[in-house]
Amino acid sequence: MSKRIEIKDLNIYYGKFHAVKDVNMVIEPRSVTAFIGSSGCGKSTVLRSLNRMHEVIPGAYCEGSVLLDGVDLYDQAVDPVRVRRHVGMVFQRPNPFPTMSIKENVLAGVRLNKARLTRAEGDEIVEKSLKGANLWNEVKDRLDRPGSGLSGGQQQRLCIARAIAVAPDVLLMDEPCSALDPISTLAIEDLIKELKETYTVVIVTHNMQQAARVSDQTAFFNLKEHGKPGELIEIGSTEKIFHNPDQKATEDYITGRFG
Amino acid sequence: MHGTISSAQKPRNILTSAQLPKYTSIAMLVASMAVAFGVLALFESATGLMGVLLGSLIYLVSNYALSASVEGPRKAKDRLALNIVTAFFILALFPLVSVIWGTLSKGIARFDGEFFGSSMRNIVGEGGGAVHAIWGTLIITGLATLISVPIGILTAIFLVEYGGSGKAATLARLIRFLVDVMTGIPSIVAGLFAYTIFSILMGPGTNNGLSGASALSVLMIPTVVRSTEEMLRLVPNELREASYALGVPKYRTIWKIVLPTSIAGIVTGVVLGIARVIGETAPLLVTAGITASMNLNPLANPMATLPVFVYYEYTTPGADPTPYIDRAWSGALTLIIIVMGLNLIGRLIAWKFAPKAGR
Amino acid sequence: MTTDTREPRVDEPSSAPTSLLRDRRRFGDSLFKGVATGSGTLILIILAAVATFLVGLSIPALTAPGDELPYGPFWSWVFPYAAGTVWAAALAMLFAVPVAIGVALFITHFAPRRLAQGLGYIIDLLAAVPSVVFGLWGINVLAPMVQPIYGWLNSTVGSWPVFSLIFGGQVSGTGRTILTVALVLAVMCLPIITAVTREVFLQTPRLHEEASLALGATRWEMIRQAVLPFGTPGLVSACMLGLGRALGETMAVAMVLSPGAGFHFQLLTSSNPNSIAANIALQFPEAFGLGRNQLIASGLVLFVITLIVNMAARAIVARRAEFSGAN
Repeated sequence: MSKRIEIKDLNIYYGKFHAVKDVNMVIEPRSVTAFIGSSGCGKSTVLRSLNRMHEVIPGAYCEGSVLLDGVDLYDQAVDPVRVRRHVGMVFQRPNPFPTMSIKENVLAGVRLNKARLTRAEGDEIVEKSLKGANLWNEVKDRLDRPGSGLSGGQQQRLCIARAIAVAPDVLLMDEPCSALDPISTLAIEDLIKELKETYTVVIVTHNMQQAARVSDQTAFFNLKEHGKPGELIEIGSTEKIFHNPDQKATEDYITGRFG
Repeated sequence: MHGTISSAQKPRNILTSAQLPKYTSIAMLVASMAVAFGVLALFESATGLMGVLLGSLIYLVSNYALSASVEGPRKAKDRLALNIVTAFFILALFPLVSVIWGTLSKGIARFDGEFFGSSMRNIVGEGGGAVHAIWGTLIITGLATLISVPIGILTAIFLVEYGGSGKAATLARLIRFLVDVMTGIPSIVAGLFAYTIFSILMGPGTNNGLSGASALSVLMIPTVVRSTEEMLRLVPNELREASYALGVPKYRTIWKIVLPTSIAGIVTGVVLGIARVIGETAPLLVTAGITASMNLNPLANPMATLPVFVYYEYTTPGADPTPYIDRAWSGALTLIIIVMGLNLIGRLIAWKFAPKAGR
Repeated sequence: MTTDTREPRVDEPSSAPTSLLRDRRRFGDSLFKGVATGSGTLILIILAAVATFLVGLSIPALTAPGDELPYGPFWSWVFPYAAGTVWAAALAMLFAVPVAIGVALFITHFAPRRLAQGLGYIIDLLAAVPSVVFGLWGINVLAPMVQPIYGWLNSTVGSWPVFSLIFGGQVSGTGRTILTVALVLAVMCLPIITAVTREVFLQTPRLHEEASLALGATRWEMIRQAVLPFGTPGLVSACMLGLGRALGETMAVAMVLSPGAGFHFQLLTSSNPNSIAANIALQFPEAFGLGRNQLIASGLVLFVITLIVNMAARAIVARRAEFSGAN
């Protein structure tokens, strides 16, 4: 089930440091939205605020609201643990649990929510998720081997399988290909195009070709100057942002005349 | 619109969960303690300790049960974990506070100038002091540290930095195995070993400071090797490779990059090692022995040490035991102060040399 | 041949520029390596000496016929002490390990970040208390404090069928029982286990913790999923360090325990199984001749026990190596 995200007047702080200022955007279900912008402009912070993962850092808090199909993630009664169950995340570097087998890695999230899992149910979820992550054919014969024995690209797809195994509504990806070689990157990009049939996908990337290849919508973040909070400069269809942006800063960044 | 309202209501149930108000825990804790002491008041033999134990138990169970029924089993387990872990921390503080309070209150009686100004020479009954034992402890522990720390750290460097390949790997495996074996040497056995060696070298029945230091070294070396090895392994390989890539030779890489990165952990390990041996009594009982007089020469004659002094004052009191037992507690207090002082110095060194970076 | 020439070829027949050739910096390398290797080898020598001494002096007691030995036949004499040693240490670990893990988790994952380091130092202070002080504390403070609980336990569950094996018997009036000794030993092991465990838990990669949280784990589930599996090998070795201390501890046992003959599982009586180490400390000063050999042989038995414990721990750590987090 895919959901619509609406960000309203979002401000994020790390202690006294104002990291992100006044972000407003709408992310439609079954689409891929790319966040681009230079390092330190807050795009990863905004991404992490979509499943409240930024709160892991002590002193982080935010103002404004993030609505998931109309429900505010920052409502008093909302439990961050449940938010993360519905908004999955894939990280910059592949991070399968080293002490678990491939199979156990895929089931890691499922086991949290289901106390009893029959072997047949487990096998079904493992196969479905690994197929969903285009990894099944490569690992089906060694499901009981440690996940850390796979190549970087395979590990990252294992992490995607782990994230989709719990059937989230939204999938967040924080530079998922930055630690991978070009062939693995292509495999992940193909996968992202398939994932958007089922999920709302938000991806942070430094690679503008990647944003252009995979996303339907692109958001450009920037800093006014060093030490100031990051801001959302422009958001629109990828086609428009890359060929006919409204803002000069966007055009400069896209064409490489930045800084 | 009709549709948006119903679709907004449905997921609200998915993301939110019932939460207990924040004051619930404190209220329940107070109530549990009250119930426990109330129940125990019915029995005559009840003590405060039992009340606190029972109250904590009631709190843990009731808090879990309430949370499980309101917030669900996962939240309840999370709460239970928090409560148990906090309870264990408080439990661990209890012996520390109790030991320090007991030693302070009982040791302060003789914690005076005479205690630090005189030995036990020609003393029977009241008066006397432990200055000879303090010097003995400092000399013997200092010697043991001088022997163990270089051997220990260099061995750890060998194991981590040179023990990776070829013949050295076989030797490293053997040494690592033997260091493990050495960790298991009971302190009394180390004492017997040093005693026998020095009996052979210097004649039977020899008691001197150096044999005490040797016994302590046998105990301290494995501690230093293990903690240092652990710390060196935590230095990421990327750092070493970065240094090699700049053309820095291996020994300078170890000296300038690896050791400084791990120095805080190494110092902590050495300090814990000293703390471990400075209070050792059993091996010193058989090696350094006991004397009533000052002896600053570790090569000949028995040398009193604080732990042995405390042990003998407590176990072999005179006709009126009070002055002996008071001296024992004052010795214990002195020992604790010395070790805690060392700890503090170690921490300061560690803090000063540590690379300035948070986790 | 001139040495101040700027032509590299004069000194070196090799065509490589001087900057790539080996120079005397390599001497520093081999010296350093030699010293480090030497230290390692020295440990071999020390241990060989200890082993020679232990085994050599034990042989007379192990080979002599039982009726010639001052304390009677060796194996039937040493068994109660060995059993008492293991029993007391096992009880101590039963108390210490859960508390140590709890304390380490509290410091690393539950306490506010700013307090964490200070709380760690406070627990480390326990390691600064010498065993002879723990002995004094055990007799004078702890034993009187727990004695009423022993009395209560003994009178309520001491007569139940299975419980009587542990809580039965004539309850000690002083509280100087093997259970008190185990409590003192647990307190002594606690800072060792906590210190190592805490370091290990802190090393859990942030990435794994975040992966777990992002799957919707609560804090406790994250600890079960990411922190504990990563820390298991370190935890095992921490426990072994603590167990080694509990097995070999002499003075606290010798001072606190009121010993009796033989071995039994009852925890609350005034006639307790003694430990090997405490027995050596109490008997060695007055022993002579074969008696000393017999005591040293019992030390060898203690040594072998700790060795077996250590090897078992190594096997556990090695078996899990494939799934370990280390690269």
